[in-house]
Amino acid sequence: MPSIAKPAVLHPSAQRNELGLTLRDYEGSMSTLCAGCGHDSVTAAIVRALWELSVEPHKLAKMSGIGCSSKTPAYFVTGAHGFNSAHGRMPPIATGANAANRELLYIGVSGDGDSLSIGLGHLCHAIRRNVRMVYIIENNGVYGLTKGQFSASADVGTKSKKGEANRMAPIDPIQLGLSLGATFLARGFSGDKEQLVPILKAAVAHRGFAIIDVVSPCVTFNDHTGSTKSYLYTRQHRIRATETDYVPPATEILTEISPRGETAVTLHDGSVVRFSAVPADYNPSDRLAVAKFLQENAADGRIVTGLLYVDEATPNIHEMNNTPAKALTSVPWSKLCPGAEMLNALQEEFR
Amino acid sequence: MKPTDVQDPNYYHKVVDCQWGCPAHTNVPEYIRLIAQGRYTESYMLNRKSNVFPAILGRTCDRPCEPVCRRARVDTSPVAICRLKRVAADLKGEYGHLLPPIPARKNGKHIACVGAGPASLAVANDLMPLGYRITMFEKSAKPGGLMRSNIPAFRLPGSIIDEECGVIIDMGVDVRYNTPVPSLRGLLQEGYDAVFVGTGAPRGKNLEIPGRYDTDRIHIGIDWLESVAFGHIDSIGERVLIIGVGNTAMDCCRTSRRLGGKDIKVMARRPRDFFKASPWELEDAEEEGVDILINFAPKRFVLENGRLVGMDFERLSWDVQAKKSQTLETVFFPCDDVILAIGQENAFPWIERDLGIEFDKWDMPVLDPTTLQSSLPNVFFGGDAALGPKNIIWAVEQAHQAAISIHNFCEGIPVTDRPPNGMNLISQKMGISEWSYHNDFNPAPRQKMKHVDLVERFRELNVEVELGFSPEQTAREVQRCLNCDIETEFTPKRCIECDACIDICPTQCLTITANGDEAELRTRLSAPALNLEQAIYASAPLPQTGRIMVKDEDVCVHCGLCAERCPTAAWDMQKFEILISLAGTQEWNTALVPA
Repeated sequence: MPSIAKPAVLHPSAQRNELGLTLRDYEGSMSTLCAGCGHDSVTAAIVRALWELSVEPHKLAKMSGIGCSSKTPAYFVTGAHGFNSAHGRMPPIATGANAANRELLYIGVSGDGDSLSIGLGHLCHAIRRNVRMVYIIENNGVYGLTKGQFSASADVGTKSKKGEANRMAPIDPIQLGLSLGATFLARGFSGDKEQLVPILKAAVAHRGFAIIDVVSPCVTFNDHTGSTKSYLYTRQHRIRATETDYVPPATEILTEISPRGETAVTLHDGSVVRFSAVPADYNPSDRLAVAKFLQENAADGRIVTGLLYVDEATPNIHEMNNTPAKALTSVPWSKLCPGAEMLNALQEEFR
Repeated sequence: MKPTDVQDPNYYHKVVDCQWGCPAHTNVPEYIRLIAQGRYTESYMLNRKSNVFPAILGRTCDRPCEPVCRRARVDTSPVAICRLKRVAADLKGEYGHLLPPIPARKNGKHIACVGAGPASLAVANDLMPLGYRITMFEKSAKPGGLMRSNIPAFRLPGSIIDEECGVIIDMGVDVRYNTPVPSLRGLLQEGYDAVFVGTGAPRGKNLEIPGRYDTDRIHIGIDWLESVAFGHIDSIGERVLIIGVGNTAMDCCRTSRRLGGKDIKVMARRPRDFFKASPWELEDAEEEGVDILINFAPKRFVLENGRLVGMDFERLSWDVQAKKSQTLETVFFPCDDVILAIGQENAFPWIERDLGIEFDKWDMPVLDPTTLQSSLPNVFFGGDAALGPKNIIWAVEQAHQAAISIHNFCEGIPVTDRPPNGMNLISQKMGISEWSYHNDFNPAPRQKMKHVDLVERFRELNVEVELGFSPEQTAREVQRCLNCDIETEFTPKRCIECDACIDICPTQCLTITANGDEAELRTRLSAPALNLEQAIYASAPLPQTGRIMVKDEDVCVHCGLCAERCPTAAWDMQKFEILISLAGTQEWNTALVPA
């Protein structure tokens, strides 16, 4: 842990967002994670994405469970709401919170242990319910808090720090999500914020459950030769299947996109989006094709990153349940809970 | 960009803005740290090594270090570097045993110094420990030169001058007081191995306008201050006009205030942004009730029956850059006395022009600005006499350089062979997240110097106005220093590009990115590096991706968090010390540096 708090000093050319806030205003308390932990970079990417989107801190709820990953909500946006649940229980807590107040932005931060072992069942059902939230899995393939045992996302053949190889097949949250009907699936790498920040912004804008699986190396227990989740291995085996940038809704701009190389398009606010060619047959709305692409690349030992699948059509939890357009928290208590008489009347209907 | 060469002593030296900005390169962060540790004597001696007169400069320095202080770019006010120097001087203990030993056996070389001001004394300070015999000629009865005659005692008490000059003279300098040198030819004929001219800029500029010579109530600023300093003048009229708005003008108006002046006006030709006086000297004068009037150009002195009654001024209107003016009207200001403080000039009536010393069209000696040697090889210049009026700290630095030249000259080494500077770079790591320096950032504002109250300070001419910092103020002010000498030293081959340093840096100084031209690279950093005065560091290519680490030095607060968050110790905090060579690269100079 650092010896001092981060000095409250700004670079003279530090910029402000639409709310007049600087990047520093989206920070949280000092990280107590190991120096060099990928999770801290994910935190920094979240800070940047929220700052760029000018998210109002009091309109944000940070949700987490247990694990190194689940400590990270403490390290961004001190002014936000938050809930640190029991191990693996973040998805149902977030579902309940979202049901009660649909006007908040929910960012869940979990890990491969929290989501793919103890909390796997809860995760599956949150996906099915298409709860509107950003669900980040900081995936490092080991249980860092208990000194580096393999987790459920460890690849076959990856080696522990002592040299022992893992023999059980991994759970890939992206392939899992595809099979369960998830509506937003992306994979990032903590060492590449240029890719991760736009993915996070797109996930915030998504109207359903957005899973971002982030390869986030454990610098203490899983960054050695033989590990398939080290900084070096990830850099050597990663491919960027898609290029992601988030463009806020605005009037249409028409242009010709080159099938090869980059095409730059200037947006209404003067910023420039560069369109890069993706594999010619890649279609991020074709669930089957994406599954095939992922399986083939996984078999070849490649780590596919980018915004991989997106579906804006499937109804989310509120649409499926016909809930009011406003948050339940804004509905008067007498209407929300009409009393024993109404309950009795309701029950009479079923006798 | 090519990878930055941090082995070049100048790279990190430039990061230490104060030290780089100081003509004599005083190791400011280290002396402030020594004060923080209560090691005042060592702090004083570290100062003395480079600036020779810490107690004098701690009260009077022009402070070129402060405007460039990194703290000013971080929270508007620089560290009170100058007044902390005074703290070290005020609280120091015995230091005689720390001075360099003076060899009993001399080296056989005999140097003459003309003038006993800061330049000559600093030359003596550097050369006496090397075994030189020095004879110093001084026209007045006491040493100190313009430090004594032109800086009023309420800013710089005589006892302070006596002490710091005395230490050097006591090294065995043969000072001939009340002995002006009427002829350089005569001096050269006495057979000295070298002559150093440190006679200052002794002539105040005159103002040739009507009425100038029709009264004796018009005074030349520096001559008048000297007469006050030596007790020849002890009063002035109630209404005084000061012409000019430099630091001498400030000393004149404040001195007038103490000699009976009640209505004192400083008349400036141009607007305030173009004043020559240091802002703090202007503030001190205004605190004492002096009026500073802008846009008035002197036109003529007005006399009635042979008596000065006032002055006519043209009121001017300036363009934005204060280059062109228009006269609006003529305004009369009544007065009893006028003091002219519009600058100083050099004067060398005692140097014969056929000795081989070349003079330029401004009647200044032609010198090599590095060696300070004149066209007569055994004659050297320093201080205001050399390259025109500057200030004490420049005089000291020129004296150091002249002493090197004189030493080379006497040893038969070409004077252009300048001894190289060295550097030390030592890790400050004591353990995990533990450093041997205080790395926390203290948001305290700059401490305000306490002054003697306005009644008490006018009671006597020599009541020192500034009281010095209290222990509490000192404790707060030392913590404002950003430790710019503790450098972020980067080892590219250890970096795994985890981004931890970039994420933790409070001032967005760090970026890992593809290499490019410096100008282009500056635009695409975590925060654009717009301050072109400050370097950006570029590393060698990083092992995993071939990108480079870039650091914008501009507002790094040297907190060490990059090094604390680095999992591979690619970043380390290392104390940089530049080893400035002085004449003879004296052993005692380096041995003094505290571990």
